[in-house]
Amino acid sequence: MNLPSTTTSSTQISTKLVESIPLEVVSLVKRFGDLTAVDGVSLELRAGECLGLLGPNGAGKSTLIRAIVGRVIADEGRVAVFGAPAGSLEARAALGWVPQELALYPRLSCKENLAAFGRYHGLASGKLKESVAWCLDWAALADRAGELEKNLSGGMKRRLNMAAGIIHRPRVVLMDEPTVGVDPQSRNRIFEMIEALRRDGAAIIYTTHYMEEAERLCDRVAIIDHGRIIAQGAHDDLVRSVFASRSQVMARLAGPAGEIGAWVERHAGRMVDGAAEFTIEHPTQIAGLLDDAAKSGLELVDVTLRRPNLESVFLHLTGRELRD
Amino acid sequence: MIFPIVRTALIGLRRDRAALALSFILPISFFSIFATIFGGVHDSTPKINVIVVDEDRSRASADLMRGLGREDSLVIRTRPSPKSKTAAPEPEYTAATAEAAVKAGDAPVALVIPKGFGQNPISFGGDSTAPEIQLLNDSSDQIAPQMVAGLLQKVGMTSLGPAMAEEGMKYTDQYIGGFTPEQRQRMESNLDWLRKHENESAASTSAAGHTAAGASGSGGPIAVKFRAVVGQDKRSPMISFYAAGIGVMFLLFTATNSAGALLEEAESGTLDRVLSSRVTMTMLLAGKLAFNTLLAFTQLAVMFLWAWAVFKLDLFTHIPGFLTMGLCSAFAVAAFGMLLASICHTRAQLGALSTLLILTMSAIGGSMFPRFLMPAAMQKAGLFTINGWAIDGFIKVFWRDLPVKDLWPQVGVLLGVGVVLFVIARRVARRWEFA
Repeated sequence: MNLPSTTTSSTQISTKLVESIPLEVVSLVKRFGDLTAVDGVSLELRAGECLGLLGPNGAGKSTLIRAIVGRVIADEGRVAVFGAPAGSLEARAALGWVPQELALYPRLSCKENLAAFGRYHGLASGKLKESVAWCLDWAALADRAGELEKNLSGGMKRRLNMAAGIIHRPRVVLMDEPTVGVDPQSRNRIFEMIEALRRDGAAIIYTTHYMEEAERLCDRVAIIDHGRIIAQGAHDDLVRSVFASRSQVMARLAGPAGEIGAWVERHAGRMVDGAAEFTIEHPTQIAGLLDDAAKSGLELVDVTLRRPNLESVFLHLTGRELRD
Repeated sequence: MIFPIVRTALIGLRRDRAALALSFILPISFFSIFATIFGGVHDSTPKINVIVVDEDRSRASADLMRGLGREDSLVIRTRPSPKSKTAAPEPEYTAATAEAAVKAGDAPVALVIPKGFGQNPISFGGDSTAPEIQLLNDSSDQIAPQMVAGLLQKVGMTSLGPAMAEEGMKYTDQYIGGFTPEQRQRMESNLDWLRKHENESAASTSAAGHTAAGASGSGGPIAVKFRAVVGQDKRSPMISFYAAGIGVMFLLFTATNSAGALLEEAESGTLDRVLSSRVTMTMLLAGKLAFNTLLAFTQLAVMFLWAWAVFKLDLFTHIPGFLTMGLCSAFAVAAFGMLLASICHTRAQLGALSTLLILTMSAIGGSMFPRFLMPAAMQKAGLFTINGWAIDGFIKVFWRDLPVKDLWPQVGVLLGVGVVLFVIARRVARRWEFA
């Protein structure tokens, strides 16, 4: 007699569990001909969390985002937004997408652009007006509300592009490199906007190839390369899992290039932006490195000891720099 | 340094298919269309449909009809075409049904040979007692009545030899003092020979396909009375034609250009963003179709208002017909624009393809030159264009003063074409839907 109620209860529990996960991507694969753009990606995003998707150009970040939005049909795997499949009406309502391109109407003003996208998301009358006002405020564009999009500065266009993506106040926001081509001042303003969204409880996926952005904004980072997530976790955990307690030494030396190259090779280092980089277990190893350089006739210009960062993690895991 | 510049430009042109099409295909297709219309580079001679009503049923009227029938440039019809191949023949035209047929645009000219024509078929020196053949015409076609009148006089001279001789005898009898019985008998015998010879000669002329230039319709031996049954009270016969013709051509350009916004949106990523909202591709295309239809209709309305204000086009007594034809034409051209935009990948491609298609359709469909003046084959080709059907409908409204219910063929075709083009556009637009 109790069985039906037990079943109902477990269904409710399971539904609640599913609903508690804003975004779930399971074993997603997308191929374009011979190219596998997304290769078995799985990830999960929790409410109020900001997940950084870090990878170089062509790593598959945008394809993954477009698959989550439902604009790309995956060949394998699934995407669930609060349990609803990607592309469904429920998923569209819950998702906000800020594409990399300035996907706006150039001949419409800021206010008109926001109102247009609000209407496309089903907002009307008072609710629409309220959302437009909120977004203008959020993007610090209230004083430019009547300005045509085409007349805005690059940074303002980026902010309007972001505002148009969240006009319907989605619970999951996907931001695809929102700071591309903006000056440092506008970038800071954009960071503040994202932090405000997080405070409001939105779950965010933030794709970038700027390590410092991921470090500042994201709770967790997923490193993606060749369509695969090669590491995932909190910033410190990622660094620790790859480098443990090891440190990095960056040394700049003057001398014949051949001698410098041989010295770097002897100590299993690598050249990065004209500096020699070595991973060491203990700071006392620095003395040995510099002694050997002096014996080779190389003159030390400067030397720094640092904790490895996400870029180091990426470099270590892929053998390539983030901006490749 | 000049050669590398030429070489670079040449490579650029070779890879720009749009520019190549505009440079070579468009001029050649235009040249071919106009050469076909004006240059006689076609196997179908322009023919004029003429309805002939023989109220006289005399030997002279029969000779005249036979003579007209032998003219290569005329298609003589004495009864409407049967409704189907197996249907019984329709009754012969009467003066009233012939006039109605000209009004409806079935033929540009009708000839009514009145009772008593055979008694006095030709008149010399403007004999006022000679019965006049009624030439009913549609004044939108300024050429057909003049040609028919001229050919009528020619046929009179070549086919009515016995009648002319007989008429001459009458004058001699009346004004010179009459013939003796012997002279009269000889004359009758000669007239019989003349009639026989006339028939033989006519048969051989017809077999040879001979055509000669006709005389003027006025002042000839056959009395003809012109009567315009369509457009007799119109200020300028061609205003409504050109308002419709030019209007529809520019509607096509406007609708295509407006539909091209879709390509810009696809390129900028706006289309993707819109499709990630609640808006589906069908909704998006339907919205754009509705907007482009309204835009095209507004453009047409402005054009006709201008024609009313400046050229005195009688717009306000034809509002229902104008609204019907305007909206149907606007819908068809908007769907045409949507299809072109969905087929093309760039604005440049759209510009070239639309220019090529629209100018060709406009030339064949009668936007540049009235279809009724084109060879029969070209007139039929015009029925494969939106322009042809739209212009036909507007002419029915503004020229023939026909009620809205008579616009059903044009309304049906334009709406049907619009729906089909939109469905194809929707199908082609799937490429934007998902990757």
